[in-house]
Amino acid sequence: MTKFMRRALETPKELAWLAAKAALDSAEMKLDQIDGVVVGSAPDAFDGVHQKGEYLADGCGGWRKPYLRCYVGGGTGVYAIAQGWFHVASGLFDTAIVVCEEKMSSCQPHPQAAFISIFDPITEQPLKPNLLWIFALEQNRYMQTHGITNEAIAQVSVKNKRNALDHPSAQLGAEITVKDVLASEVMAWPVHRLMVSPTSDGAAAVILAAGDVARRLTSKPIWIQGVGWCLDTAYWTNRDLYYPDYVEKAAWMAYRMAGIREPRKEINIAEPYDPFAYKELHHLEGLQLAPKGQAPKLLADGVFDRDGDLPVTPSGGLLGVGNPIAAAGTMKICELFWQLRGEAGRRQVPGKPERGVAQAWGDLMQVGTVVVVGTEEPR
Amino acid sequence: MNERVAIIGIGLLAARPSSEHVSFKEMMFEAAQKAYADAGIDAHEIESFVTCAEDLTEGVSIFDEYTPDQLGAIKKPMHTLTQDGLHGITDAVMQIRSGLVGLVAVEAHSKHSHLDHPNAILDYALDPIYNRPLGFTPHIIAGLEMNAFLHERGFTQAQCAQVVAKNRTHALKNIAAAYPTNLRPEDIESSPYLCYPLREAEIAKSADGCVVVVLASESRVMKTKSRPIWVRGVGFANDSPTLESRDWIESQYVRTAATMAYRQAGIKDPVNEIDLFEVDDSYAYKELQHLVALGIYSPAVVPGRVGGNGAPSTNGELSVNISGGSLGIGHTLEASGLYRLAEIVFQLRGEAGPRQLKKAKIGLAQSWRGVPTTSGAVVILGIE
Repeated sequence: MTKFMRRALETPKELAWLAAKAALDSAEMKLDQIDGVVVGSAPDAFDGVHQKGEYLADGCGGWRKPYLRCYVGGGTGVYAIAQGWFHVASGLFDTAIVVCEEKMSSCQPHPQAAFISIFDPITEQPLKPNLLWIFALEQNRYMQTHGITNEAIAQVSVKNKRNALDHPSAQLGAEITVKDVLASEVMAWPVHRLMVSPTSDGAAAVILAAGDVARRLTSKPIWIQGVGWCLDTAYWTNRDLYYPDYVEKAAWMAYRMAGIREPRKEINIAEPYDPFAYKELHHLEGLQLAPKGQAPKLLADGVFDRDGDLPVTPSGGLLGVGNPIAAAGTMKICELFWQLRGEAGRRQVPGKPERGVAQAWGDLMQVGTVVVVGTEEPR
Repeated sequence: MNERVAIIGIGLLAARPSSEHVSFKEMMFEAAQKAYADAGIDAHEIESFVTCAEDLTEGVSIFDEYTPDQLGAIKKPMHTLTQDGLHGITDAVMQIRSGLVGLVAVEAHSKHSHLDHPNAILDYALDPIYNRPLGFTPHIIAGLEMNAFLHERGFTQAQCAQVVAKNRTHALKNIAAAYPTNLRPEDIESSPYLCYPLREAEIAKSADGCVVVVLASESRVMKTKSRPIWVRGVGFANDSPTLESRDWIESQYVRTAATMAYRQAGIKDPVNEIDLFEVDDSYAYKELQHLVALGIYSPAVVPGRVGGNGAPSTNGELSVNISGGSLGIGHTLEASGLYRLAEIVFQLRGEAGPRQLKKAKIGLAQSWRGVPTTSGAVVILGIE
């Protein structure tokens, strides 16, 4: 993966190339050995390029090769791995590279303005909504339903930004306190500035291979054990926002495939999507890794620390490493890959983890995408 | 694992120059209802959904947000590809072959009529640093490519005119076509140029429309009462997107995609083994260029002697774009490939009415995503 940063000098294509090249180098492979190329990137509005997938193709290695761009908004980074998985699992491809890229800084002065175009043109855009507002609604609903305090949620920012200090690609690693978070500017109550992930430029890439090919290429393959994704209705205003049902559905799809019955016991490490501090807790509940409303308590008890019982977001997440939308999801897969191989350096969680789950989320608080990876080859 | 895959349902709307009276959601709903009825299934049985769309032509960012409700896909696996509908078919085939799901719906539509400045949007598809500042209309890319292709491969402007006349005349027998008309090649040849040697009349006009396709695994097919049309092979590929480094003569994306699809289908001699072709003709010369890349014509042709005195027709040995193609039906953005696929399905089922071919056992549909892309897909269908 590339470094995540606020204003990269590289073009989107160059960012994609840097990540793809790094992935090929780490697998000691050449582009000739790649049969198919999958690209994930969220809205075209940021890069200001129509048919952005086509534009990115050669940067990702996708010329004179099967090439496909998929997206489900913010959920793209993890979904793209599922897309790559069925490229290979279908038997049509032996190897595939998945590249996710986002360059948000081209959108001046701030990419938030481009987000107006994700809302319904008739019923919502006239209200001039933005993401901070709708996520503030959701956070508020989550807090009210379970009686959660903003202090409890602020701890996610503290943990993730601290974890990110150890990530070489991180944009916003920092040692901060709950007090700092709550003293930071209120963006849209109850969301404070330090509870929001930054806008970022960056790319991340992963190489997938069929079992026999993988065993030839490396002695330590990390296996995709389950994939799941789920899209809820576009009418987000008609849903109870306190719980992400679609994440639960996506998670069970992936868990069933991985043969997981008790996620809390069978998963050693989790990388849930954390674009906002409360989202990490919200998603842990959706992922069945905490009972409804209990994630803040487990966090306070240190269960989710890097050396806790269930390390959560040891990478530093979107809050710490950065949030180049699609690339941020793939960054989580990269993190699990390094953690499960014992190659995460200073971020390494103790106790030889064997299985991890990564999750991303997006659209109008609407889509959950889940991938389970592990050291054991699936049946 | 790796089960065979069949198309068991098609629902489409007639392509029309505009569609003020319905929203894209209503169009999707209608096409989906038709497809599910055709397949004899209920929406809730479908396990995964794929839609094909581009944000900028939809007018909203992250368009996949607005896809689930009208397809019956709420809280189901669903995602969007920024690709042609045939890529969507390929995607569904991969999902089914992987053993993950057994029943998949693929949707693509065009609401082109709501674009006030389609060429300005297309302009945004050009490289923002090297190409866009030059301020040319993207159709120039087609004009330049047509010139290179005709010159290098010995095809003529007259043959391109014949493609237009043939396809638009074919469209007279297709109720779903937006631009049927009785044309002679001379009419085209006397019309004005847009970007020499490309004439405006050789560019497929845009239309609104929607197609939904239902695909099933072999074991699921057996549980329905539908008449399956089997997917024999799929392929998709890109050449370089960069204007400066792509192949301007040969459609490498089609060659790569076709090689992949032919290999799966076990086809060695496409001219004799495939009964009908529905290929991209969004510019008239593209039909010829794509047929060459599909291996239908030898690239080393003698100038002026291709296919007798002109392009292939219904009377000839090759059946190409019997539906009317994009020139006759209208170009329906990412749905273009699915209209071609639908024609193959209708022909193979023997439901093509006045267009029905006597022998239709294997058909090939091919798509291209238009200028400035080099993205294409190929799907081969058979009755066995």
